[in-house]
Amino acid sequence: MTQSSKYNSVQRKKFYFSQPLMDKAKKIIAQYPEGRERSAILPLLEMAQRHNGGWLSPDALEYVGDMLSLPITRVWEIATFYTMFNTQPVGKFHIQVCGTPPCYLCGSKEVKRACQKWLGIKVGETTDDKMFTLTEVECLGACANAPVVQINDDYFEDLNAESIEKILQDLADGKKIESGSMTGRTGSAPLNTKIRKKDA
Amino acid sequence: MTEEIKKIQVIIDDKEIDVPEGVTVLQACEIAEQEIPVFCYHSKLSIAGNCRMCLVQVEGKRNPIASCAMQASHGMKISTKSEMVTKARKGNLEFLLINHPLDCPVCDQGGECDLQDITMAYGPSSSRFKDNKRAVKNKNFGPLIKTEMTRCIHCTRCVRFATEVAGAEEVGAFGRGEDMEISSYLEQAVTSELSGNMIDLCPVGALTSKPYAFKARSWELTPTNSIDVMDAVGSNIRVDSKNNEVMRILPIANEAVNEEWLSDKARFSYDGLMTQRLDRPYIRQDGKLKAVEWHEAFIFAAKEIKKHNADEIAALSGDLADVESQFCLKELMDKIGSLHRDCRQDGAFLPMDERCDYLFNTTIESIEQADHCLIVGSNVRLEAPIINARIRKSTLHHGLKVAYVGPSADLTYKTESLGDKLSILNKILSGSHAYAKTLKEAKNPMIIIGQGALASPDGEGIYKTCRAIADKYGFVHDDWNGFNILHTAAGRVGGLDIGFTPGEKGKDTRKILQAAERNEIKVVYLLGADEIDEDALKNTFVIYQGSHGDKAAHIANVIFPAAAYTEKEALYVNTEGRIQQTRRAVFPPGEAKEDWKIIRALSEILHKKLPYDTRKDILSKLAKTYPAYKDFSRIEKGQWHEIKAIEVRRGMMTLPINNYYQTNPVARASVTMAKCTVGKKDSKSWEKD
Repeated sequence: MTQSSKYNSVQRKKFYFSQPLMDKAKKIIAQYPEGRERSAILPLLEMAQRHNGGWLSPDALEYVGDMLSLPITRVWEIATFYTMFNTQPVGKFHIQVCGTPPCYLCGSKEVKRACQKWLGIKVGETTDDKMFTLTEVECLGACANAPVVQINDDYFEDLNAESIEKILQDLADGKKIESGSMTGRTGSAPLNTKIRKKDA
Repeated sequence: MTEEIKKIQVIIDDKEIDVPEGVTVLQACEIAEQEIPVFCYHSKLSIAGNCRMCLVQVEGKRNPIASCAMQASHGMKISTKSEMVTKARKGNLEFLLINHPLDCPVCDQGGECDLQDITMAYGPSSSRFKDNKRAVKNKNFGPLIKTEMTRCIHCTRCVRFATEVAGAEEVGAFGRGEDMEISSYLEQAVTSELSGNMIDLCPVGALTSKPYAFKARSWELTPTNSIDVMDAVGSNIRVDSKNNEVMRILPIANEAVNEEWLSDKARFSYDGLMTQRLDRPYIRQDGKLKAVEWHEAFIFAAKEIKKHNADEIAALSGDLADVESQFCLKELMDKIGSLHRDCRQDGAFLPMDERCDYLFNTTIESIEQADHCLIVGSNVRLEAPIINARIRKSTLHHGLKVAYVGPSADLTYKTESLGDKLSILNKILSGSHAYAKTLKEAKNPMIIIGQGALASPDGEGIYKTCRAIADKYGFVHDDWNGFNILHTAAGRVGGLDIGFTPGEKGKDTRKILQAAERNEIKVVYLLGADEIDEDALKNTFVIYQGSHGDKAAHIANVIFPAAAYTEKEALYVNTEGRIQQTRRAVFPPGEAKEDWKIIRALSEILHKKLPYDTRKDILSKLAKTYPAYKDFSRIEKGQWHEIKAIEVRRGMMTLPINNYYQTNPVARASVTMAKCTVGKKDSKSWEKD
């Protein structure tokens, strides 16, 4: 928490929702019955994080809290409870390696090690150029395609050390990359099925 | 109002018992006098059900159930002693103790710790846990609360108290699972005026009192039940002392007054009782104060009093003056022949024909039955935090709606602001204001008038207009009286009761000070009166009687050292008119004496001896003279009568309390209160503590 207060002073511009976002936020709030508007806290925080460089800065938390007349303490409780909310700044690409048993058994350890080696950072750190943040997360719910890595909003599946390195290289080069299975299988179809992606 | 509560029958440990419908299993067990160990459950807070300590067995259920969160139903068979329950408690405690340090010998909670007690009674004899324990960084909660967060068992009582009772949502449970920590956002100080109650609520030693840290062990202390005088609520307190020193002050539960809470000023200002004390008499000779013996001081004062006409002598009593001493001083002034006396240092307008004219008539407990409340010029949160908590409770649970006239203030609950000028009261009275309609429809409306409004230049108009509003809109009916004066001083109502007010053609506070400036008043007797303009008394002979070397002592010509509220048996009347008695926990320092004894001794030297040799004599005289003092257990209010309205001409006023922590001589002498004052302005400035 002391860290986030440190970043507060670094913040250049105070956070606010632009007009289209504000309209969307109002629509979300309107979905909840009168007197229960504070329930809109989760979608609003998600929206705030998305438009605040992938993390919830103190001013963003305060902004959302004020919008729903929630004290900052309550907002902070929610933001720290859900692991998908980042309370500290993240890089442009947030690499989230799944470390739960199914992925682990299929080799997530190698994927993680490859990330650390390639990026030169440890889990929980951000590269100096603010491009990559590496975190280890709990089950991403794609066990059939283990090991899995989530980068920002996309899932990358059936990974190994080489394929994750290639992905990272492409991201660093600014190339467009395709999400999904790296071995070319469709969805979670059995491994020996010969249906290729484009046929599906 | 008394609806018949349906009873249901439950069987607890093979005994049939009738309990009211709607109670929880835990409450049913309490009625059956079966002890259930709890950590997170508290009768004044919402149910959390997260400590799992209250598990009991219910027939027909496979698992033990958390009794605090389960409603009792007819025919339920509950077992609190079965093997399953014993085992569940043991297991639960073993889990709780995994992450709890075994530092009881250095923990301030030791000896009065729920976890310690419950572990002794229900816990396992040893732990099977061999790994490292979890450690949590301590949090900064400000100058009052010391934290040792490794000891926290996450019962969230403090969080629920801050959210529900105090209304200052400053404390929360951050993070999740094993990483969950109780803290304030960004570790800002907790600013609520009721924050000290979190210390009482904490079932372990995670939150303990900072000023009391490592001062004493709970079993060494001598408890004395007494009354708090920091505000006019008259909270019931327990003064814990050791070696003739007050070590700490805790609340005593009294549903009619403070429930289980205590304001921070009442709880933490006791260190002021050890500093700045007047411990021997002084007289001023050649501009310098000189310590003298009692008889010298008396003779010095008596000489000066005898020198002047009765009309040139005046007396003022302060906020902490008890009933007995004000009564004795009044009698003495009567004997001298002076009519200039006042117990209202702020010059508030208060008629005294009947007791109900100046009391908080609704009573604190009955606030819960009101449906509309109009606050006139009072920041209740600072003037009486305990009453504010009661109003908040009522707004949350009993649908009370609060409207507000006067300078704006954050009262921790939703209020409708009608404007900051008190002249709005005229419009409400005439019915042209929209709020008049609300009042007309109200069933049990109440009005709270603050001292700031009554002490304003137009206090009389404000008082009388409010009286007329009360009459017009049915604030007083049947057994309901919704007309309330909120006092800020513990000694005020007592002073008004015994008539420590100007006699016929006598001068009130304002006029006494003006006359003193013009040198028409030559001698002023200050009975602990420190909140007055001392500059006006520059050329006056000042006799100061009080416990602390505060503002007025600096201009005094004679100083009589007196006992503070923890050092004497004395009556104090709270804002409701409830007469309560303080008890002596420690002895006064040095040569200081009880207030009434000083006045009694002076009267003898003046050859105007008061006929009271013991405190009992005064009490029996009080009981004979004033009907309210016959029976302390009930509040005598007197007959409600009509007072003619006067229009409010100037509606400007200022709130009486800016700095909650330093409102009287004891609090001003307290280091803890000084830290709080600084802390309010800058929450990080005392971080080094």
